[in-house]
Amino acid sequence: MSVITYRQALRDTLRAEMLRDENVLVMGEEIGVFEGSYKITEGLLKEFGPRRVKDTPIAEEGFVGAAIGAAMLGLRPVVELMTINFSLIAIDQIINHAAKIYGMFGGQTSVPMVIRTPGGGGQQLGATHSQNIELFYSFIPGLKVLAPSTPAEASAMLRAAIRDDDPVLFLENLGLYNSKGEVAEDYAEADNDDVAEIGRAAVTREGSDITLIGYSRMAMVANQVAEKLAEEDISVEVVDLRSLRPLDRQTFVDSVKKTGSAVICEDDWLTYGIGAEIAASIQEGAFDYLDAPVRRVAMAEVPMPYAKPLETAALPSVESISTAIKETLSAVGKRVG
Amino acid sequence: MADTAKPKGGARSSGSRRRSRKDTSPSLSNESPDTLLDYYRRMLFVRRFEERTAQAYTQARIGGYCHLNLGEEATVVGLMTALKETDYLFTNYRDHGYAIEKGMDPKRVMAELYGRSDGVSRGWGGSMHMYDTESRMLGGYGIVGGQLPLATGAALAVAYRGGDEVVMCQMGDGTTNIGAWHESLNIAKLWDLPIVFVVINNFTGMGTTVEMSSAEPELYKRGSAFRIEGERVDGRDVLAVRDAATRLVERAREEQTPFLLEAWSYRQKGHSVVDPAKYRTDEQRETARSKENDPIALFDAKLTKAGILNDEIRDEIAAAVKTEVTAAADFAEQSPKPDVSTLFDYTYATPVPNESRRMPADPVFAE
Repeated sequence: MSVITYRQALRDTLRAEMLRDENVLVMGEEIGVFEGSYKITEGLLKEFGPRRVKDTPIAEEGFVGAAIGAAMLGLRPVVELMTINFSLIAIDQIINHAAKIYGMFGGQTSVPMVIRTPGGGGQQLGATHSQNIELFYSFIPGLKVLAPSTPAEASAMLRAAIRDDDPVLFLENLGLYNSKGEVAEDYAEADNDDVAEIGRAAVTREGSDITLIGYSRMAMVANQVAEKLAEEDISVEVVDLRSLRPLDRQTFVDSVKKTGSAVICEDDWLTYGIGAEIAASIQEGAFDYLDAPVRRVAMAEVPMPYAKPLETAALPSVESISTAIKETLSAVGKRVG
Repeated sequence: MADTAKPKGGARSSGSRRRSRKDTSPSLSNESPDTLLDYYRRMLFVRRFEERTAQAYTQARIGGYCHLNLGEEATVVGLMTALKETDYLFTNYRDHGYAIEKGMDPKRVMAELYGRSDGVSRGWGGSMHMYDTESRMLGGYGIVGGQLPLATGAALAVAYRGGDEVVMCQMGDGTTNIGAWHESLNIAKLWDLPIVFVVINNFTGMGTTVEMSSAEPELYKRGSAFRIEGERVDGRDVLAVRDAATRLVERAREEQTPFLLEAWSYRQKGHSVVDPAKYRTDEQRETARSKENDPIALFDAKLTKAGILNDEIRDEIAAAVKTEVTAAADFAEQSPKPDVSTLFDYTYATPVPNESRRMPADPVFAE
């Protein structure tokens, strides 16, 4: 085992997949000469050249669509969108084309491509650069949406996304790029076959008092919360959704059946959000097991402010999630730490 | 000022076509009569197929949106004659004629229109979404401009592999104003891609004229911002379209760079089958439907004058076309409707756990 950053896990896995398969190419703004806004593609242009590492003009609709067209002919493009906010420029190509081509033409041509893109607030980037709009894509049949939270997951899930024959939106997070975690020694080898199973959530920490559900950065935060509350003798079970579409409902419903209550944390607005879908699924799948209403911890419903105190207040935190957990447990009379 | 924007005769747009009435069409002297009659037959086939489609639509055998190639037969046949079998085609939603001309079985095209399981897209696409991997017609697309980035990407894949195929990307005149147009032409030129963008200018996007929507209404010039050479051709003339398209397709193949072709002709009827085109003036309607603008009537007259076509051959071709179109409709009628059990067969190419197969009223958690 070695300990690396989420960023390095992505970069090295991307490189390994390019070494493994000649059909894999990367495309995006500033990914070549500039080596990526967040340096995920560092060194790739030097190693693979401009044929396989394509700097694109600032034309998200054009180059995302071009990646889809190239995928229809069997290439496996990995597109980087500088942030998920810019995916809005390409949303017609993602939703009306990438997601539809396999079904709309009766299964004749698949679209084996990956769109890698980071979301996330907390960097003082203001209203248009701090969103998490993966919800838009998680809503769409025909797309697969992955949201890894650790370096090991990032590596295994990126490998899965590239090898999968469907369009995959691969959600990264600005707040995760520098986070560290253990990976297998051979994680960067081209012949590594540690491929994650798309469509599976995971219980990343076992507990008995309450289920805490998150994904991407919030799955990391959820583990921090569980760690902290353990010191107060509260046993939190953490579920990392990992795959937002398909959604593995059974894993979190089974957990709630065991613990009897749930808190969902998400780096996004609450109303109509992914947490709403999780909560609805819990009431349908574990109604008789619930000892308290399902609680959601989510971003304040405002365009994200720039000023640090306002931004911090708008985002879910270890503290706010801990409070929601204690209030939920208190409501069922279990115990309050 | 609004009045000045209104065309008077279907199209008032400036351009070389109005400059002179002298016949600039390619001469027939170097053409084989069999080839010419083949073009004639194929154009007539598209015409009759579309008329049969309109009939089936009004009989509610066909649903959804339905856009016809009536008036564009010379363009369809001329363009498709310029492509090799291995070349790729992307089109907009006015795609029936292209589907047939690129090599799809008309029976299966009609079955798609009927929403049957023998349809080229297995009944999943309908009128706007004809697709066939084998004949390399990679889709009719219903979103204006949607096919441009895709076609550009297909050309990227060809170039990536060093192939010698060319991609043709057809669209309507209104498409030249959408962002995807600008982004795709820019990328195609930047990356030296073998693609020919073809604008079918029928002077109206639904009811909005080119002059009302395009600051530069001479559409073939609109590639110049990207240093893409453009040509305009009389889309009523199958030989002129064939020659212009062949020239640009072969240059794209040879020079590995994009080109732009504008083919103008008149949309004989409304935007779609259900559109009575009431926004047209009498003069515009007359222009769009007149024999002098009808590609088939024009070609018929030309071949007749040259002694290649006569009543006997004309009747023979008409009868053969009619038989084949009727056979297509019969085939579609007989083709089974898709079974509801196949509803979840084409959401994903790679099956994964937890894919939803829930029918509308099913509980999320089945027993």
